[in-house]
Amino acid sequence: MSDTLRPETNEQLLDAVKWATTEKKPLEILATGSKRAFGRPMQTAATLDMSKLSQIKVYEPAELFMTAEAGASMSDVTKALEEAGQHLSFEPPDLGPLLGGDVGQGSIGGVVATNIAGPRRIKEGAARDHVLGFHAVSGRGEEFKSGGTVVKNVTGFDLSKLMAGSFGTLAVMSEVTVKTLPAPEKTRTILISWKADGIYDHAAMSAMAQALGSPHDVSAAAHLPAMAAKKSAVDYVSGANGAITALRLEGPEPSVKHRAASLAEELKGFGAVEELHTKNSKTFWREVRDVQVFVGRDDLPVVWRLSVPPMSGAHTAIELLEDLHGEVIYDWGGGLIWLGLSSVESDANDEFIRSTVAKVGGHATLVRAPSELRSSVPVFQPLSAAEQLVTEKINEGFDPNGVLNPGRMYQGI
Amino acid sequence: MLMPKPDESVIARRQELAAALRSIVPGEGVIDGAEELQAYDCDGLMAYRQPPLIVVLPETTEQVSEVLKFCHRENVKIVPRGAGTGLSGGALPLADGITLGLSKFKKILEIDYENRCVVTQPGVTNLGITDAVEHAGFYYAPDPSSQIACSIGGNVAENSGGVHCLKYGLTTNNVLGVEMVLMNGEIIRLGGKHLDSGGLDLLGVITGSEGLLGVITEVTVRILRKPEMAKALLIGFPTMVDAGNCVADVIAAGVIPGGMELMDKMTIHATEDFVHAGYPMDVEALMIVELDGPDAEVEYLVAKVEDIAKQSNASYVRISENDEERMRFWSGRKNAFPAIGRISPDYICVDGTIPRRKLAEVLQRMEGISEKHGLRVANVFHAGDGNLHPLILFDANNPGELETAEKVCADILTLCVEVGGVLSGEHGIGVEKRDLMGTMFTEDDLKQQQRVKCAFDPEHLMNPGKVYPELHRCAELGKMHVHHGKLPFPDIPRF
Repeated sequence: MSDTLRPETNEQLLDAVKWATTEKKPLEILATGSKRAFGRPMQTAATLDMSKLSQIKVYEPAELFMTAEAGASMSDVTKALEEAGQHLSFEPPDLGPLLGGDVGQGSIGGVVATNIAGPRRIKEGAARDHVLGFHAVSGRGEEFKSGGTVVKNVTGFDLSKLMAGSFGTLAVMSEVTVKTLPAPEKTRTILISWKADGIYDHAAMSAMAQALGSPHDVSAAAHLPAMAAKKSAVDYVSGANGAITALRLEGPEPSVKHRAASLAEELKGFGAVEELHTKNSKTFWREVRDVQVFVGRDDLPVVWRLSVPPMSGAHTAIELLEDLHGEVIYDWGGGLIWLGLSSVESDANDEFIRSTVAKVGGHATLVRAPSELRSSVPVFQPLSAAEQLVTEKINEGFDPNGVLNPGRMYQGI
Repeated sequence: MLMPKPDESVIARRQELAAALRSIVPGEGVIDGAEELQAYDCDGLMAYRQPPLIVVLPETTEQVSEVLKFCHRENVKIVPRGAGTGLSGGALPLADGITLGLSKFKKILEIDYENRCVVTQPGVTNLGITDAVEHAGFYYAPDPSSQIACSIGGNVAENSGGVHCLKYGLTTNNVLGVEMVLMNGEIIRLGGKHLDSGGLDLLGVITGSEGLLGVITEVTVRILRKPEMAKALLIGFPTMVDAGNCVADVIAAGVIPGGMELMDKMTIHATEDFVHAGYPMDVEALMIVELDGPDAEVEYLVAKVEDIAKQSNASYVRISENDEERMRFWSGRKNAFPAIGRISPDYICVDGTIPRRKLAEVLQRMEGISEKHGLRVANVFHAGDGNLHPLILFDANNPGELETAEKVCADILTLCVEVGGVLSGEHGIGVEKRDLMGTMFTEDDLKQQQRVKCAFDPEHLMNPGKVYPELHRCAELGKMHVHHGKLPFPDIPRF
């Protein structure tokens, strides 16, 4: 059993990393551990538990930012935001349940480190677009910061982008500043129900492209094939008896009402059109955000996340499902494919999936798989030789002894 | 402004280097005549000038790669240059360096409406992208005020902003992919028509790296559907404090306007005399709030903002009745810089960002700075995102006034950092604010940034002397400090 270091102050955090650096003891960084199974399994000497560095330090709704210690729980963050009528507009998913854990875990540091984003990604960006600044301790055992608390800032290299999605391999963030925005007053969802038989994925991509190219300011566009739609907790969706495509509209009530009517009219040529109001909409989009359809599914042990050009979504997924046994759902107007596979092949079909994605341009991440598989198959998109070299050099600049989450993303990095 | 000492031995090789470069870029793409080089001696920051050693204007990515490979081999410095409109001296030439201009990369390569993106060469202007897609109802959102001339490659290098940043983000939030060439000539592609990166977000750190990490040779940007409607309110206030409060109240009410701009009295008068936008002359502060989106939403929000303005003590409110009137409201603001140019022989445009709530305090303290140094300061701001553009008025013909103006600029930027803001909101650090980096960052902060530079360009051949006040050798930066005698950290709770 390895040691756990649980710093309660920044000084203790600095000491912990200095110790790891001098003693060359690799650390696994976590807070609630909700996404611990996301990434390559690691061999570490100790765990750096950030859960005691959990204060929300500054939250100024009128200034549209929050500064929180990295271990601040997402439930605390969400609660504070809700009380002020705000939210994180990139809609961070709760991936805990998908990865076999409990609902409502996760920390703000983990959200940033994994650069995740929900259905609103297409309009508002991902975690990377909302990190305004951070303080961290590098693998050199040095404190440093980047960015600030303001949205408009081009002072020096944008290290916040590098930190977002680096899975703790570069530095341990002690605190992060994220952009906060007013939450929409009302939400409506336009549902297109496709006929019970047949595959409508291609037509769905066109419907979503039309909606996203319209002036109605659509904030999310997802397509659920019949198998996935059937599992929704929203009656209109599960009862549709076929595939559904969903388009979300948000904003002040008169605006949402007006746009919903216009969009429904424009899309009725595709199929029967229904409308969900705020409550049902929220339930539905939370299901999409958290990939609810694959939660607790022992019959789908392997889950991939594919990012492709939106209009290539259906083509890519259908090509994959011709040879693989599994299910998909589409988010981001077709640009995000969640692919659940029903059998555990020794290579998780890695090469086939990645070469299929490569045809249209994009990347594939193995999000859920038994740990042996995550050791033997590249979890993150393999890099070109040039990217690999730059990535190695960047990592060396932050963590030369490889003591922070070593190998979490790539072997030897 | 102290630049790295030019290497005389490289300067002595001008002819030989030019000949070698001509074998890569034939014809008129290599410029080494003293007179022609003058045309490249500065960018938009005209106070600093230096003719480059040679200018190279390649036409293909392969040529860029060969030029960089050659310079890498010969240990010759490179300064990348887009349209040369940058305001912080990022493209200021080096006496012993080659200016690599991307002005011949002028083609839009692909317009993909279904995936809502445009693939373009870097020399295409920012407005050129919108012009190409406007007929189909789309546009490219970031709109720096130089958009008619500035290039999209330069926008990526500087992470350019504009008046719509609060709602639509900066360049970094609107770029999907790039092709770029590293200093060693390696061609690398990052991103594409899909979202996010499969590994580290290299695209994110390239954007805004001010030509220090690589040369952008292709850009993929996302385009947006043009909003159904845009309306603007012109709001006058008896005091700047009232205006500042109104900005905060609008945001606090949950409204994120497409644009929210503020001007002080000197600017109002200078612009009104220049473009006759119909601005009220009896107010101390004038605000333009633009709301865009679906019809129903715009009408709703306009009414909401009008209400807030009246409660914030506004003495003048006018709502645009049509697009022509809206453009007229904007004409004053968009011509603020040339308007100031009419009342002062020279001016420096400052570019700090501050937390919105500090607006009144910063304005008051800026008045003090202005009085202390005896130079007038006119103020325009992107109020919505706290980005200030104070204009320091001076006459370069009066001995010492440029230096005084630089001092005023440094004092204002130091003030921005002191109240929790930053040195640059959208113009970049370049050479202009380079020596102020220490007011915002510690030595360790700056070293960590420079280690990223070392991953791309360990010999510091690309745009040296910009952004960072001190160039540390990469070997030096790579060394580890050993922390002796601090083990085993008994204070840390261990379980």
